[in-house]
Amino acid sequence: MNSATTMPNQSTSLPISSRLAKNVRRNVKERVIELILMLAALSAVFTTFAIVAILLYESLGFFKVVSIVDFFTDTQWTPLFEDAHYGIMPLVSGTLTTSAVALAVAVPVGTIAAIYLSEFASHKAREIVKPMLELLVGVPTIAFGYFALLFVTPLLQKMFPELPGFNMLSAGIVMGVMIVPYIASVAEDAMRAVPMSMREGSYAMGATRFQTAIRVVTPAAVSGIVAAYILAISRAVGETMVVAVAAGQQPTLTFNPMEGAATITAYIVQVAMGDLPHGSIGYQSIFAAGLVLFALTLGFNIIGHIVRKKYREQY
Amino acid sequence: MTSESLKTKVAVLENLDVVRAMIRRHKRSDIIFAAVGLLALMLGLLTLLTLFLDLVMDGYPRFNLTFFSEFPSRRAANAGLLSAWVGSVLVMIVTFLTAVPMGVAAGLYLEEYAPKNWFSDLIEINVSNLAGVPSIIYGLLALGLFIYGLGLGESILTAGLTLGLLTLPVVIVSTREAIRGIPVAIREAAYAVGATKWQVVKDHVVKYSQGGILTGVIIGMSRAIGETAPIITIGALTFIAFLPPSPISEVAPFINFEWLGSGFTVLPIQMFNWLSRPDHAFATNAAATGAIIIVVTLMMNGTAIYLRYKIRKNIKW
Repeated sequence: MNSATTMPNQSTSLPISSRLAKNVRRNVKERVIELILMLAALSAVFTTFAIVAILLYESLGFFKVVSIVDFFTDTQWTPLFEDAHYGIMPLVSGTLTTSAVALAVAVPVGTIAAIYLSEFASHKAREIVKPMLELLVGVPTIAFGYFALLFVTPLLQKMFPELPGFNMLSAGIVMGVMIVPYIASVAEDAMRAVPMSMREGSYAMGATRFQTAIRVVTPAAVSGIVAAYILAISRAVGETMVVAVAAGQQPTLTFNPMEGAATITAYIVQVAMGDLPHGSIGYQSIFAAGLVLFALTLGFNIIGHIVRKKYREQY
Repeated sequence: MTSESLKTKVAVLENLDVVRAMIRRHKRSDIIFAAVGLLALMLGLLTLLTLFLDLVMDGYPRFNLTFFSEFPSRRAANAGLLSAWVGSVLVMIVTFLTAVPMGVAAGLYLEEYAPKNWFSDLIEINVSNLAGVPSIIYGLLALGLFIYGLGLGESILTAGLTLGLLTLPVVIVSTREAIRGIPVAIREAAYAVGATKWQVVKDHVVKYSQGGILTGVIIGMSRAIGETAPIITIGALTFIAFLPPSPISEVAPFINFEWLGSGFTVLPIQMFNWLSRPDHAFATNAAATGAIIIVVTLMMNGTAIYLRYKIRKNIKW
């Protein structure tokens, strides 16, 4: 208390000019700090621009050699072979197939889990289960890759003996389990945003919990739930290690999950592991593939966020 | 529904037995759904448990001290993790030093300083967008920018910076969330006794949110430690039978930075390398490495979650 009362006295005892000088110094310091903090925040903008710039720059070199029409219509992707073909479609088909399998697992399981968490679980159960789901998100994907290749695939092979060692089915299933917590948490947020009065109205009419959850809460939260699905697609499309380990490395134009096929991400990993000279067409091809991947995930993310924002404004 | 069918429905409902049967049926579907829901929730946890047990059982023969003190080898039984765990620690140091100061500073700016205009919106959009960019894209960024653009080479520095950028959105978001929980009254009280903006931020905002920030930092770091794809893309070597130069030297100034430029490998890369060998003996090593990575990340995540729980419980504004 003592120091607090003496401090103003000290400063008033100084001549006005030096007090003003001190103020100026202080203001300059404040400004400099604000500038530094702003630069740190700008690093996010810088990173985005750097990503876009580098992907575009290297892809430009690629598209000087490969025509865009070939890129989207050729059915073979063999940039490293003597007889080089540059059709991205085999990689896209692999990516979409693994993602579709993942969603086939994650959408029903994630939605049911979300409904349960939001409408059925007690407060205490929620407090315990939600952190556990977060733990699942924290598990490194390479460990899931091991699991897909050496646990799930042998298990599936017992059911389908003709299943090859590398296949999109097992990679997709494991990826789906990985995405479940993500869908569950985003969808649950959407359901919890539905006002209590709507549930109470439903209960007052004699509806059970299940009826209320399915016929009142879920329809009211549908845009948020759909946003969760869309964001999950983006996750699945960008997932790398599980597919690189378990889905195979051979670009194949197929939508059959029982076969093995490379995804966009698996191709990038495969090429990056080799020793390609900087500036070669193979080196540039991973940036072209990366550009397609970036565009895909960005598109899904933007749609997801738009859909998500919409439901937020509703109530 | 036509009024005719409505009438018959009402007539049926007047029979109490029918109503009771219906209630029973609906209650049963309630219970069934609750069971299914619990099962759906448990699927993830059961998978995690199976995965962990599978790794531990497959990797069991390698759980001994020599596994940590040996370099990788051509013979699976002799191969160890020394260069990988040392590499992981060194890369994490760089990642921490990149992501934490930048992330916290960016979070502070966005919450405390940023005016409401298009410029702040631009930054916000970028942060949320970056959080959704697949990690392998960061690897391509690093390949083009750090390795060939800035000439940093396939080094610990490159890997650390790459993972730093990857972790940045996590740190920014958690910093902002932690700051948002602080009531305006605290700031106003500080302003009222003549504090400048920076004094308010540094002595009050940061101080009261440091627990929440720490939680986010730990989660971000645990994500970075298991991250494989971007490190492969920048060309981390998979067979490293040497250690980077020690960061601490015996002569003054006792710290040197040679290690930043050194080649390296990290735990997940070593695991991926062993996993992709045709020789099945190496799968044992991969499993053991996987179990170790999972233990490390689970411990970090568990600490973070516990910390957050404690903070939530203790702070009542």
